[in-house]
Amino acid sequence: MERLLNFIYEYRAFLTFLLLEILCAWLIIENNQYQSSKYFNSSNQVAARLLGFSQGVREYVALRSINEDLANENAHLRNELQRALIELTEGTTDSLRVNQFEFVSAKVLANATQHYKNFITINKGMADGLAPGMAVVGDGGAVGKVKSVSNHFAVVISLLNVDEQVSGSIKRSNHFGTVRWDGVNMRYSTLQFIPRHAHPIVGDTIITSGYNAVFPQGIPIGYIREATLKPEAPFWDIRIELAQDFGRLAFVEVIKSKLLAEKDSLQLRTIGEIK
Amino acid sequence: MNRGGLIQVIYFILYILVQVLVLRNLVVFNASFCLLYIAFILLLPIETNTLVLMGVGFILGFTIDIFYDSLGLHALATVLVAYLRNFWLATITPQGGYDSGASATLAAQGLQWFVVYTLPLVFLHHLVLFFVEAAGTGMFWFTMLKIVASLLFTMTAIVLLQYLIPQRKRL
Repeated sequence: MERLLNFIYEYRAFLTFLLLEILCAWLIIENNQYQSSKYFNSSNQVAARLLGFSQGVREYVALRSINEDLANENAHLRNELQRALIELTEGTTDSLRVNQFEFVSAKVLANATQHYKNFITINKGMADGLAPGMAVVGDGGAVGKVKSVSNHFAVVISLLNVDEQVSGSIKRSNHFGTVRWDGVNMRYSTLQFIPRHAHPIVGDTIITSGYNAVFPQGIPIGYIREATLKPEAPFWDIRIELAQDFGRLAFVEVIKSKLLAEKDSLQLRTIGEIK
Repeated sequence: MNRGGLIQVIYFILYILVQVLVLRNLVVFNASFCLLYIAFILLLPIETNTLVLMGVGFILGFTIDIFYDSLGLHALATVLVAYLRNFWLATITPQGGYDSGASATLAAQGLQWFVVYTLPLVFLHHLVLFFVEAAGTGMFWFTMLKIVASLLFTMTAIVLLQYLIPQRKRL
């Protein structure tokens, strides 16, 4: 017995070593087999909190790429949504009609709001299939039209550009007019050519009308904040608050309309016949 | 508890926090991990008892495991290193032996000795860790790549830390 105790004492380091390693091995196997360790994993309170904090820091650092992923996902979802909407409202499964709009996500590289003629530069261009005339929307609503493209960049005419006109309609009554910026406040624009007999109400939503085929129908442009009718004037004076806040534009989506060329050429031919 | 012991406890907590909060997120090319915590075991005073080393090693590895969701894995590798550490220290004793109370730091023993001391042990730690994690030699070359890449990363961190933190020759 004494010899045994002596033996254990002499080899106590090695025996402890063996014991600990066997314990570890058992833990590893146990953990691998059942996935059941209830407490000693990162789901326990202290560990989870610490890791949550660490993840928070990490997410902050990775915000850029996370944002990009989300923007891409948004573009993808908008594709799907538009397709579903066209399928539902037009009752058609004609693939070209259903897929007539394609959304491409792009990052805003430069954006101005303080000039009369404001432009936005984005990081997608010809290489991504962009062409002049395509519509651009943001997370809030319509943003503008592609003006010119290079290989990897494009310049967009912002809605905050006194030259830019977008066909918009009052969602409630379907009267349509032209949205045009007055060059003053980046949050407000005007809706022109709404006839006297229409009854715009403050709070009405203005959406893209779809008459120009650049924008899909129904993209929000803004909300009526003031509507006045001067005596003898043929149209209402309407001031709208833009749905898209141009002050914090980070990602936009460019809309490719596949039927635009067909529509334009048909209209041109018809007009030619009349003349 | 004496002052030296208290400092070691603080170091222990610091190593775990740095490992879990910072280095866990720092994986280069999906292959190179920085497992700096092993330095805590290596840098304990030279005269530390093997039993104590293994006990501390087990607690250290176990704590790391909790955060890595790999119960037992880091503990296994760390206990192994803790067990072998004193044998290795005895093997590479410089001429005239260690001064009493000397610490196994770069400042006390010099760069060459420090690398000779830490490199094999860190390599062993990574070797055991990654092969047990891979549960065999199925992905031998990828595992080897991980081991070598992580070895470089961890060693760089350990040596840099020795230069960055002013070390006293005796603790």
